[in-house]
Amino acid sequence: MEIIIYGTVNSVIYALIAVGFTLVYGVSRVPNFAHGSIYVLVGFLTWTFINSIHLHYAVAIVLSLLVASFLGLIIYRFVLIRLRGMATSEIIASFAVSLIILEGLRLQGIAGFKGFIGPFYVLPPFFQGKISILGVFVDYQRLIIIAACFVLVAALWIFTHYTKMGLSLRAIAQDERAAMMLGVHADKTAMLSLSIGSALAGLAAVLILPLGNITAEMGYKVLIYALAVCIIGGLGSWVGAILAAFVIGFAMKISTALFGAVWESVVLVGTIILILLVRPSGLLGKQKELEERV
Amino acid sequence: MPKTARRKKRLDRSVKVRTEGLYALTSWSEITYLLLPRLVLIMGLLSLPFFLDMYWQRVLCAAGIYGLLALGFDFLAEFVGLVCLGGAFFIGAGGYISGLLNAYLGLSPLVCIPIATVAGAVISTLVLVPALRLRGIYFAIVSFMFPLFAVYIIVALSAFGGTEGISALDNLPNQWVEVYLILAAVLVSLFLLRRLVDEDMGLILRAIKDNDQAVKASGISITTYKIRAVFIAALIGCFGGAYLTHLYGWLGISLFGMDFSILPIAATVMGGMGTLAGGVLGALLLTPLSEALRGFGQLRVVLYCFILLLFIVYKPEGFLSYFQRKYHQFELWEEV
Repeated sequence: MEIIIYGTVNSVIYALIAVGFTLVYGVSRVPNFAHGSIYVLVGFLTWTFINSIHLHYAVAIVLSLLVASFLGLIIYRFVLIRLRGMATSEIIASFAVSLIILEGLRLQGIAGFKGFIGPFYVLPPFFQGKISILGVFVDYQRLIIIAACFVLVAALWIFTHYTKMGLSLRAIAQDERAAMMLGVHADKTAMLSLSIGSALAGLAAVLILPLGNITAEMGYKVLIYALAVCIIGGLGSWVGAILAAFVIGFAMKISTALFGAVWESVVLVGTIILILLVRPSGLLGKQKELEERV
Repeated sequence: MPKTARRKKRLDRSVKVRTEGLYALTSWSEITYLLLPRLVLIMGLLSLPFFLDMYWQRVLCAAGIYGLLALGFDFLAEFVGLVCLGGAFFIGAGGYISGLLNAYLGLSPLVCIPIATVAGAVISTLVLVPALRLRGIYFAIVSFMFPLFAVYIIVALSAFGGTEGISALDNLPNQWVEVYLILAAVLVSLFLLRRLVDEDMGLILRAIKDNDQAVKASGISITTYKIRAVFIAALIGCFGGAYLTHLYGWLGISLFGMDFSILPIAATVMGGMGTLAGGVLGALLLTPLSEALRGFGQLRVVLYCFILLLFIVYKPEGFLSYFQRKYHQFELWEEV
């Protein structure tokens, strides 16, 4: 029972982390390696807003999410827009942005903050306390995460299927040229997708970070989980990403229960290699083995 | 008194009769024109250790390692179309194998390094093979993840010395061997790679980058060639790793560190992608810079990334391509 409940919680966490990454890649074909760093940055900003400026928790969250989406906008507008279509440069540039943010955060001692080594950076949970479900104690924060994930997926579904903005995102993802002919601005849409993706990373951060400390290392870990989920699920496929999140979440939880926590990362690597060998494009991916030319 | 007319003459016009690659040499000055940049690089590298004290010789060795990684990265990215963000994995694989052979079996470094180079390259290639069947960014992602996973696994299982690492490994016989071994490795792999990309195999690899469907239609297995290319790059990188463990007489999880992934990329982008030699020169510039900034700690990584970003956005051709163009366009007055 514990495996089922905590497995679900973990899976939902991976899904939350990965959904922003897969949205950006699906729309703009830009692998946003800055995903993990934005996650940490939002956590850190929220912490700063609460503890240094003494804002209300909710205000701090909204504010740092706004900063995140603005940051995504800036990254696209000033860096990636000049490199569209050059896959190598896109990857290297977003990787560089990610490292600048993460390693920069590591030494914000310079900028007047106390540094990650000092006191632990912890966000308070939304509600204290736990509840017993079928004999297993689960704290409210984890339940909130699950609820938030379902709400988020539903909201994204409605957004991409029934609003003009969301429809234009999907149009660009499906056929860029046809969409451009119908008046969808490719760069604006990609910019929008990057800013939504960053906001989603931030949202995941404020939901998940109350469960632990904020550290700079976490940026790499989050990026890795997002990438792992996307590879297993198939790059750019949302349903695949959610499915893959559940596969990984349960695989890791079960392996932890059976063999102990040290084998977690071994199982993750094993799953990735297995999936790549059996179904190279991921569970639901449509990535082709060959380049398609019209 | 007759007026002498003058005109501008470009040196490379007569040398490059038809194409970039085919030369027609008719005089000593033309031979010099072609050989000068190459000789400056070779002679410069070989004579450099005489002008440096012990500390900066060590820095030169480190620059050589980064140069090797930059060569591998440039070769994979520009000639095969595979962006490898995990150069640290090659360093780690080569370094750990060599160090473990030395620590547990007591083999001499001169035996360990060749074994580790080949074995590390085989392991790295095997690990990366699953990602090679797809095109696009899969290879970049998977190669980015593996060095980090390697760290998690080593720490979690506390295998091979765990977080502490193993110290007191054997060093190379003496300092001159150290310096010249890595310089020779850099020069040999630079010129071999330059030769390779113009051979038949290089043509196929470049064709895979440009249009893999056409290659497949010619009855050539794309994956086999990609595997060979990755193996070559891994050989170069693993040699660097094996050499590094014996240079410092130590192995640990920082062999998989982010420095080994990002600095070669920055060096390559700075020097000019697709020039091969550019990455080596970039490493020779960036490594002393990073040594000088050692006091700033983690700020170094931020600095590389910043340089990387500036170059990739504002000067994507890199400085070597720039100077190469200027050198080719060099003009002098001659009397008619």
